[in-house]
Amino acid sequence: MSKWWSCGSNQESNSIFRSEVMSLVQMYLQPEAAYDTIAALGEVGCVQFRDLNAKINAQQRKFIGEVRRCDELERRIRYVTAELNKEGHKVLDLMDDFPPAPQPREIIDLELHLEKTETEILELAANNVNLQTSYLELSEMIQVLERTDQFFSDQESHNFDLNKMGTHRDPEKSNGHLGFVAGVISREREYAFERMLWRISRGNVFVRRCDVDVALTDPKTGNVLHKSVFVVFFQGDQLQARIRKVCTGFHAHMYPCPSSHSERQEMVKNVRTRLEDLQVIINQTSDHRTCVLQAALKQLPTWSAMVKKMKGIYHTLNLFNVDLGSKCLIGEGWVPKRELELVEVALAAGSASVGSTVPSFINVLDTKKEPPTHFRTNKFTRGFQNLIDAYGIAGYREVNPGLYTCITFPFLFAVMFGDMGHGTILFLLGLWMVIDEKRLSKKRGGEIWNIFFAGRYIIMLMGLFAMYTGFHYNDIFSKSINVFGTRWVNVYNRTTVLTNPTLQLNPSVATRGVYPMGIDPIWQSASNKIIFLNTYKMKLSIIFGVLHMVFGVCMSVENFVFFKKYAYIILQFVPQVLFLLLMFGYMCFMMFYKWVKYSPTTDVEADTPGCAPSVLIMFIDMVLFKTETALPGCDVNMFPIQKNLEMIFLVVALLCIPWILLGKPLYIKYQRRNRPAGPVEEVDEIVEKIEVTTGKEIIITEVAEAHESGGHSEEDDEPMSEIWIHQAIHTIEYILSTISHTASYLRLWALSLAHAQLSEVLWTMVLAMGLQMNGYVGAIGLFFIFAVWEFFTIAIMVMMEGLSAFLHTLRLHWVEFMSKFYVGNGYPFTPFSFKDILIVVEDD
Amino acid sequence: MEVFLTIVFFTIFWAAVAKYGPILFTKQPHDDLVRCIFLLTAVVCWLFWLCCYLAQLNPLLGPKLNGNTIRIIASSWGNPIKEG
Repeated sequence: MSKWWSCGSNQESNSIFRSEVMSLVQMYLQPEAAYDTIAALGEVGCVQFRDLNAKINAQQRKFIGEVRRCDELERRIRYVTAELNKEGHKVLDLMDDFPPAPQPREIIDLELHLEKTETEILELAANNVNLQTSYLELSEMIQVLERTDQFFSDQESHNFDLNKMGTHRDPEKSNGHLGFVAGVISREREYAFERMLWRISRGNVFVRRCDVDVALTDPKTGNVLHKSVFVVFFQGDQLQARIRKVCTGFHAHMYPCPSSHSERQEMVKNVRTRLEDLQVIINQTSDHRTCVLQAALKQLPTWSAMVKKMKGIYHTLNLFNVDLGSKCLIGEGWVPKRELELVEVALAAGSASVGSTVPSFINVLDTKKEPPTHFRTNKFTRGFQNLIDAYGIAGYREVNPGLYTCITFPFLFAVMFGDMGHGTILFLLGLWMVIDEKRLSKKRGGEIWNIFFAGRYIIMLMGLFAMYTGFHYNDIFSKSINVFGTRWVNVYNRTTVLTNPTLQLNPSVATRGVYPMGIDPIWQSASNKIIFLNTYKMKLSIIFGVLHMVFGVCMSVENFVFFKKYAYIILQFVPQVLFLLLMFGYMCFMMFYKWVKYSPTTDVEADTPGCAPSVLIMFIDMVLFKTETALPGCDVNMFPIQKNLEMIFLVVALLCIPWILLGKPLYIKYQRRNRPAGPVEEVDEIVEKIEVTTGKEIIITEVAEAHESGGHSEEDDEPMSEIWIHQAIHTIEYILSTISHTASYLRLWALSLAHAQLSEVLWTMVLAMGLQMNGYVGAIGLFFIFAVWEFFTIAIMVMMEGLSAFLHTLRLHWVEFMSKFYVGNGYPFTPFSFKDILIVVEDD
Repeated sequence: MEVFLTIVFFTIFWAAVAKYGPILFTKQPHDDLVRCIFLLTAVVCWLFWLCCYLAQLNPLLGPKLNGNTIRIIASSWGNPIKEG
């Protein structure tokens, strides 16, 4: 790597090559200005506060009361939101234009308002239950009065006394006359009810029932009730008492029911009038509830945002130390170095807003603590950085592979996905999301949509590169285009063509130059194209794979230089890159050499296609010290000194293994032997003087527990045996993984082959069928078959194959590339930011 | 000679993309991200083209075509079949 890439030292650059330089700042806030200051910092969003009260549990922190008040406000907001959802109104959180954090005194008004709204809604809900209960009872009574008509018409011929008002009241004793009880019961209980009546009366009752057809609603739960109307005819007062008890036990509702038809009609009329009056009251209550909810609906998102901000502020204040002596709040936090000025401005604004005469200020501390990792991404790089962070967060100031992933990721995807047609579809999808991103960023499409939208630049670049590689593969939905004119000519005459069903062109006489860009279109029509394309794509995969891995190993030099571990360049990087280049770089050289050397038009017999050796077999022979038997007229070597050169390469590569294994531990051992005796314990004390209003000077000593003791790196404390074991593991892993990772890059060929063949099957089995139809029916059939083909193209070739290629590309980056240099043991910078608190992904 | 000129042409083309791309397409040509993007794009695209070109420079086997394909190519791509 040249110095051109070393942009970590450039403080003004917007690069994500290394994480931002971070500073640990100590804040001294005046209590009266603390709230406004934290509010200002929350708007800026560039401070990650450390918890200075880790040993204090949540219930004992200073601002726990305020946090609880915010919790209560949030509960009320959620309750009103739930009520609005019942009404069918969707409360949408704000996505932009957030209100500022409220002042503590403003929240009192909000508290009263929410309390009033909640109380009102609760009262309305209780009233509604009462009204609905009354409505249900009257509805049931109507059913009883109407359904019993048919019952009584059957009984009037049995000398039924027409003047009685029914036996639910004080009935007169009438010898020989039937009494009755009428009511409503749940349908699921009616059979048990009838059996019980038969038992208690020993079969001396007559029960008639009828289903209630009208849907009734439970006032409390809103569920639909299924009920039946019943009438029980009996004789005698004693039996009546028993029947009423059974009715009560089965939760049957008994209703008064006159025995004469005219009186029932009169009663029905009265009950209907009451029902109509009740419905008017219910509607008015519902309208009032709607008005209350509508009034809350407009303000609820704003209230929610305000309460969340306030709660976030108090949570942050709980991380501060409260110094009762000098009456100030002491906090610590990580700030990107170039944003320190923003923090100072926020502190000044916080003090100014309350008119405080004593300013809040910050100190930049010198600490050995590991800072969090922060990359200043933009809308383009954020998607790629998310891919890297999903594997591991970079250590502080470690080389970030996200920078190079911006191009290597979509390109390697395109090598697998190469197809101009499918690439165009993917590119247009990404382009649409990029061009329309302002509007689409406000769209609430759920989590999956948010993932796609966040990766819109990845999708666009993947599509763009897939168009490029597809053009070179000469593959558009499995068909080729003859842009520059095929370089193969037919040398057979008519008789030969007609006589032979299949002919193979001889490259020594049938070629007229080289197709300038991409694969010659004739190969798409050849029956042996897979043989040709496989050799090409396998070589392509190895070449790009080895280059990718060498690039990754070279990145480790950047880390060694930056962290001033120069010895490791000699002890780690040089043997690693030598091993990789001498073994697999040499293999790539053989591939290029074979392309150039062996020609069908050569005069030297040893350079004819028949003598072209297999690169893989030559590589295996190199490792196994074998020699192949040359065919007659062929040379066993590609070039004269090949055997000697391979021997040297192999010996040096084998020497690299103990070099990697022994170099670093011996160096550390040597270093420790020459170190001054005993570690020097440095106590990280910070003594600060604060001048308060009274003019007294108070000395505050920040004890060592807040900071790490000693000035050692991790390695210095590790016992030698551990170092030997780690280095042995690392050596074995590197050597073996160099071999397996090289083979792993062959997936570039495998997925490319699978994609091309799938595309061809789709064409042959679907669209080609439509194209072979004849006549007008064929035209109509083709219309539908094209729709099927297009659906499968998008669903399978773009979506499923695209996802497959994406995941394989991700693995090639995470495992094959980043394992060469990336440690990824950092932790992310999570600043206190109102935007992060308020913008929540909805789970649809 | 034609081969040499083609390789020189494409090499110069992608080198120009790497060098002048940041200037032509962005307002921050000195930004490391932009330069890295254009340089990497030029390198990978050039190498991809080169592998494809060299693979066909000296083909070791020819395409195997059936009779119908030969006749279609003869009529569509201007490769007439010789009489005889």
